[in-house]
Amino acid sequence: MTTKDIINPANLVYSKAKLMTENPMHYCPGCSHGVVHKLIAEVIEEMDIQDKTIGVAPVGCAVFAYNYIDIDWQEAAHGRAPALATAIKRLQPDKFVFTYQGDGDLAAIGTAETIHACNRGENIAIFFVNNAIYGMTGGQMAPTTLEGMKTATCPMGRNTELNGYPLKISNLLAELDGTCYVTRQSVQKMASIVRAKKAIRKAFENSMAGKGTSVVEFVSTCNSGWKMSPHDSNKWMEENMFPVYPLGDLKDTEKK
Amino acid sequence: MAKFKGAVVVNTERCKGCDLCVQACPSHVLGLADQVNSKGYHFSEMKHEDDCVGCSACGYVCPDACITVYKVKIQ
Ligand SMILES: Cc1ncc(C[n+]2csc(CCOP(=O)(O)OP(=O)(O)O)c2C)c(N)n1
Ligand code: SF4
Ligand code: SF4
Repeated sequence: MTTKDIINPANLVYSKAKLMTENPMHYCPGCSHGVVHKLIAEVIEEMDIQDKTIGVAPVGCAVFAYNYIDIDWQEAAHGRAPALATAIKRLQPDKFVFTYQGDGDLAAIGTAETIHACNRGENIAIFFVNNAIYGMTGGQMAPTTLEGMKTATCPMGRNTELNGYPLKISNLLAELDGTCYVTRQSVQKMASIVRAKKAIRKAFENSMAGKGTSVVEFVSTCNSGWKMSPHDSNKWMEENMFPVYPLGDLKDTEKK
Repeated sequence: MAKFKGAVVVNTERCKGCDLCVQACPSHVLGLADQVNSKGYHFSEMKHEDDCVGCSACGYVCPDACITVYKVKIQ
């Protein structure tokens, strides 16, 4: 059978989610944000909740997320996505409401909003892309930057005496009574992508079941900020990020 | 044991040549083209199409949703 014969709609096994728009994404080649966008679109499509889902976009590289997934969106001020999502969900409890945030957005400028939304147990899903750096503004140190990791604002590497320690904010959020599900995932391999997608679905389902806040952290790469190829970034992430931010569920109240 | 044969179609205009699909393919089917698209990216293409098993690893890891995968069972 030739390639030409195989390329037939009857044999289709994988394609772009219809909910992903035709707009080319502005992310750097190989950026983790694209994979996370794809998974969110696939889950919304599979759950058939396109008309009932409202996303809240952050400030950071994902600021234009609303151009890529064909649902309703609001754009939040930097770090304020959980506060905006709180209002949307309380006014429209029949909607699936999620935030999409980077580590600078969620764990630096928006720390208070994040913690208090989770502590109030808002019935929202928080999708958190942790690439350990401020991508959009040119690769500055973030609270999540690893010890010794070089960035534009710590060119000699993060010094914990001067800059403190990598902030494991998901662990902190898991301690709060308002969260029902806190998990750490990654999207660099097929198997991890399958697991990450399940976590996204669970977070959406929890939000409608009124169980409280779900947080899905994606340990991610920023190959431009890290100054490595996309493939080398994935390897670097596995070797250096995973020991500090180990994958797996940090909390699942269902499994008590 | 059933054997599978696959084929992929790359949206060459959307592709940014990040190389992640090339690295993810267990059968070393893909490679970056010598030509570039209108944005100047060396897009991904099948270099060894007979070796594709339709596993979809390339499609899953593609951050830009450029890859469509087809698969058939051959006896
Ligand atoms: C109030 C305010 N302060 C600072 C900035 C500058 N700024 C834009 S994005 C950003 C950090 C983004 O980093 P992150 O949330 O990790 O997202 P990434 O770009 O890495 O995906 C900062 C500090 C801003 N836009 N608004
Ligand atoms: S700067 Fe980093 S996070 Fe932003 S699009 Fe580029 S690779 Fe992605
Ligand atoms: S479907 Fe699998 S075998 Fe075929 S090109 Fe993609 S990764 Fe390689």
